[in-house]
Amino acid sequence: MLATDLLLYRLTRGIETIAYPDGPAPTLPDRHGGALRVDGAKCVDGCRECVEVCPTEAITRVDGGSVALDLGRCIFCAACVKTCPTGAITQTGDHRMAARERRDLVLGERGHEEVHLAAALDEKLRRLFGRSLRLRQVSAGGCNGCESDVNVLGTIGWDLSRFGIQFVASPRHADGLLITGPVTNNMKLALQKTWDAVPEPKIVIAVGACAIAGGPFVGHPEVNDGAASTVPVDLFIPGCPPHPLTILDGLLRLLDRLDDRRLTNARPEPADIR
Amino acid sequence: MSGATPFALLANATSIPWDEIPEWPAPDFVHATATELDRGARLCAWFGVPEEVTHGSTRLVAILAYDADNTLAAGRSLPFAGSYPALTTTQTQAHLFERELWEQHGVMPEGHPWLKPVRRTAYDAPADGPFFRVEGGEVHEVAVGPVHAGVIEPGHFRFQCAGEEVLHLEIALGYQHRGAERALPGGPHRATMFQMETVAGDATIAHATAYASVLEALGGQEAPLRAQWLRAIALELERLANHTGDLGALANDVAFLPSAAACGKLRGDFLNLTAMICGNRFGRGIVRPGASGHDLEAQRAARLGALLSIALADTELAVSWLWDAPSVRARFENVGRLSPSQAASLGLVGPSARGCGLVRDVRYDHPAGWHRFAQAPVVVWPGGDVFARARVRSLEIQRSGEFLREQLGNPPDGDDSETLPEPVPDTLAVALVESWRGEVCHAALTDAAGRFRRYKIIDPSFHNWTGLAMAMRGGAISDFPVCNKSFNLSYCGFDL
Repeated sequence: MLATDLLLYRLTRGIETIAYPDGPAPTLPDRHGGALRVDGAKCVDGCRECVEVCPTEAITRVDGGSVALDLGRCIFCAACVKTCPTGAITQTGDHRMAARERRDLVLGERGHEEVHLAAALDEKLRRLFGRSLRLRQVSAGGCNGCESDVNVLGTIGWDLSRFGIQFVASPRHADGLLITGPVTNNMKLALQKTWDAVPEPKIVIAVGACAIAGGPFVGHPEVNDGAASTVPVDLFIPGCPPHPLTILDGLLRLLDRLDDRRLTNARPEPADIR
Repeated sequence: MSGATPFALLANATSIPWDEIPEWPAPDFVHATATELDRGARLCAWFGVPEEVTHGSTRLVAILAYDADNTLAAGRSLPFAGSYPALTTTQTQAHLFERELWEQHGVMPEGHPWLKPVRRTAYDAPADGPFFRVEGGEVHEVAVGPVHAGVIEPGHFRFQCAGEEVLHLEIALGYQHRGAERALPGGPHRATMFQMETVAGDATIAHATAYASVLEALGGQEAPLRAQWLRAIALELERLANHTGDLGALANDVAFLPSAAACGKLRGDFLNLTAMICGNRFGRGIVRPGASGHDLEAQRAARLGALLSIALADTELAVSWLWDAPSVRARFENVGRLSPSQAASLGLVGPSARGCGLVRDVRYDHPAGWHRFAQAPVVVWPGGDVFARARVRSLEIQRSGEFLREQLGNPPDGDDSETLPEPVPDTLAVALVESWRGEVCHAALTDAAGRFRRYKIIDPSFHNWTGLAMAMRGGAISDFPVCNKSFNLSYCGFDL
């Protein structure tokens, strides 16, 4: 009988939700590469090889200065990593790359070789949203890549709702927006209206290279090069699209639900997060 | 059927000199195209090419498919300005193409029954335009979108209803318009490959393969066999992930959570298999013109095959519950029904067409690349309802699984990349790829310098959105979510 079959199936499968963040994070695919590290000190004078291969012009270098790689604009094609003659740009394999400030994603200078990871919301907002965050998702020119991997967080494998984070069907029910896509001209008004309809206090999370800086379509007159063109952004999550783990890391970091020291521990201690 | 055609024949993923394509004055060209469509050809593309010699004039171009003869054909009009007699008046499948022509080139298809913008509007808000209205005391209008209740792309749906019954649905898109096609003349540019991978980010492999095939046809050199093999594998992995996700979403829309929960997770498992090849769950970086961005070595292929078998077995089980549960059958059967003749006249493609019993699959009808050597059977199911579209997906999951099991163990030897010659000038290349949604069509015309003069992208959604609107007629508005999901069309692929 179908009903008993289904119950038995569930019993034999057990819990399919990942242990993270109580346990170790799932491993990224070996060819993923993770976040980039840019060691501008290693750049040779006059070299512009990475600048010339970058499809989204995420890398710039002023004469005499060091290279600057904007991880927000980066689509992680790794062309620069392959072409760099001195190994100044490397893949770290780290899934963590969400930042609170746009400038924290610009890598290269001494002290800014890697992403300055996002700090938590201030205490007032954390007390409001820390254990219950309702988000309205707006796709404003997204290619369905970011949308898909945001959706994945709702599956039993990731179970986003265990953190009190849910996507809601109305901006009136939301504490903030999660935006994907470069904000097309044709979606700018709808995004603005959705933002207006969310009650204060509210936050905005930009997911993916498009929502941060325009992604592969940066500079097109049909788009506005990211969510910040239209609404104030509180969290930037790079990627094209970001791995679900990167998105989850960003969300939990914002809500102060992660303890990096414990996460890097080889033998995680029992959780007190929930 | 194609034997007596006055159009120039060409095979999928090949090119033809622009001069060798026959040309007619526009009215005669419309007539010639209509004649071929009446004889059983299918309209893959109908677009304009601006003519620089005589400023302000346009040529019409038709790409036809003779599916049963496994060949494509191209024809064009002489340059003209102003108006021409619309093809839509006799050929329904041309109606969106002609709205697009009018929008992109300013030529007027005389007699088009519903001429309005496809993507662009004066006020940057596509729903601001006029909508077809049903008048009557008991008729009410329901407007949905652009921002939807879930995590999905934006579009606007305008229903004319009498109570629960939908009399008419009009779909207004364009919100996702990023200028993907507009940016291409003068290209390829540095960002073009990456834009092609995100024309529709859930069909990365299909669009990237079509683009690479066009460049290879223009360069006069195929990709190495090993690259073709890998593209075919990645295309089926893409199909598996999306079909599984769709079946889970369909289950969710009828509140059948066991399959919804299982398929949601399994979809991620299939995406992870793609990530094993290239690091990215959507296959970014696998397809490159004349090459592969990554190799699938024997050891990696074996590991992928083992994980694939587990995911396929789990999917088979999770999907079987759908067919066993009477509550699911009751919500799928006879909902969102299209007849085979409606599907044919609208020019539907992919599972939406095959779910109406139409045998229509690029991999079989117009084999190119690796599909010349290895085929998967075409899955067809009659009925034209949500059930049929779900059944087609479930059977295609089985066929794709078999195809992958067979191919993973049989890689061709040799290099996976070669240097591709520059595109030849003044040439038209056409490539079709069967994405999980249906036929992706890319057509490129080069200029005298070998750069793109015109590049046309047709996502399967362009053919199929009208199918969804027609499927809703006479149905209950509460069936819209499950109907919509049974088509699962792309917004950005349409909006470009």
